[in-house]
Amino acid sequence: MIELEGVGRSFTVRRKAGRLRRDTHVVHAVRDLSFEVTAGEFVGYLGPNGAGKSTTIKMLTGILSPTTGRIRVAGLDPSRRRTALARRIGVVFGQRTMLWWDLPLKDSFTLIRHLYKVDPVRHRNRLAELCDVLDLGGFLDKPVRQLSLGQRMRGDIAAALLHDPAVLVLDEPTIGLDVVSKAAVRGFLRRLNAERGTTVLLTTHDLGDIERLCRRVMLIDHGSLAFDGTVEELRATAPDETSIEDVVTRLYTRAVQS
Amino acid sequence: MIDMVRSYVLLALTWIRAAAQYPVSMALLLIGSFVVTALDIAAIAVVFVHTGTLGGFTLPEVMFLYGTAGMSFALADLLFGNVDKLSQHVRTGAFDAMLIRPVSPFVQMAVDRFTFQRFGRTAQAATVLGIALTRLHVPWERAWMIPLMVICGVVLFTSLWTLGGALQFLLTDAPEVANAFTYGGGQLTQYPLSVYGSDLVRAVTFIVPLAFVNWQPGLFVLDRPDPLGLPYWLRFLAPVAALTLACLAAFAWRAGLRRYRSTGS
Repeated sequence: MIELEGVGRSFTVRRKAGRLRRDTHVVHAVRDLSFEVTAGEFVGYLGPNGAGKSTTIKMLTGILSPTTGRIRVAGLDPSRRRTALARRIGVVFGQRTMLWWDLPLKDSFTLIRHLYKVDPVRHRNRLAELCDVLDLGGFLDKPVRQLSLGQRMRGDIAAALLHDPAVLVLDEPTIGLDVVSKAAVRGFLRRLNAERGTTVLLTTHDLGDIERLCRRVMLIDHGSLAFDGTVEELRATAPDETSIEDVVTRLYTRAVQS
Repeated sequence: MIDMVRSYVLLALTWIRAAAQYPVSMALLLIGSFVVTALDIAAIAVVFVHTGTLGGFTLPEVMFLYGTAGMSFALADLLFGNVDKLSQHVRTGAFDAMLIRPVSPFVQMAVDRFTFQRFGRTAQAATVLGIALTRLHVPWERAWMIPLMVICGVVLFTSLWTLGGALQFLLTDAPEVANAFTYGGGQLTQYPLSVYGSDLVRAVTFIVPLAFVNWQPGLFVLDRPDPLGLPYWLRFLAPVAALTLACLAAFAWRAGLRRYRSTGS
């Protein structure tokens, strides 16, 4: 479903060095990244701040084009076939909404139906289903800007799934949510993966997400993969640590030292 | 292409419906923009109180030039004026959201927060043009140029906005650079170009082709000799100028999109 081969992305950064002089230097956000995610997998993508998680997500969704390497998502090259890909994947950014800020949630959904050209009957069924499991009924008429973070996140997830994509990519979907909302989002994602077979890739800083949801974990640091395996294998890298937090802390700090 | 128009109309209707929830505010904004732009024409009228001609043109002729340029500018602003807000969308991250939807980000940006209030300016320009035409009695063998020149003008202004937007992919910190050409161009074309220096007129003919918005085709409609003595065939070149600039703008936009770097997080 998702294939990366030797993918790299660098940014040229200009810094003020004098009154007019500018120093340019190249930052490698991601370098030589290769992995494959097959259909139906639920993968957690971990890494410390600035490790290249969001850059990877943006390349997978076609927002950024890679400097080197080859990417295939749902059989398409994201940066070349961005619009075609948009119909096959769902994307959720926890930090910012993909909905229209000033429109009622309901209108956002109708608009999405038209933009993605979803058949009206299928849309109605899917929307009813999503409203039910994500409990959206109470705030469908409210403009998105008036929603609480938990409500907005559920709205965002529903919006990303209305066109029934085969792949769902989430960038920190549980950030800032209370325990109840978190549990609701996690429960929903687990069922989505188990019942519909949707491939899910999520980045997070919350290791609870990883423990409760992901069968496979990838850890990126300084732009390249530092670990790729099951949660059990992740624990086995540091058998003397008791909590998964400590295991990951050790992996993060080890990766920094080397 | 049809798809883009369809998406545009859909999004525009949604925004209008959202704005229509506050009808009084919508009506006031519409009237406000009509009144404010009407002051423009009052300024021209004041000039004519003191003089019979402006740059060699009579009041109805100046009103004609003002009206056609105003129509082009207002329609371009109405439909695509938002394209120059790119750096704002990039900074808030809204542009990322546009990129993951199956609709051209250009269309999404152009239609963002579409409101009817921008019709005020179009209505005012149409009124001025209407008054000018009743007093000019342009014969049909020259009047055919009028709709064509307005359309070319819309394309020219839209291309300038697009170029301005494309420039912001590189200069996210200087979104106002392009305003000199768009809003500046809108102001410049309100008067007969003969009131300006000849170097400026040559620049807006051959470099930034603003002279093709209303000046060159306008000379044909009004059947006037070119005060600068530029060749007669330039008067028919508006579609060529519009197409060239549009291609350039489309190319710049695509190049900018490829270089897009998003923001952190």
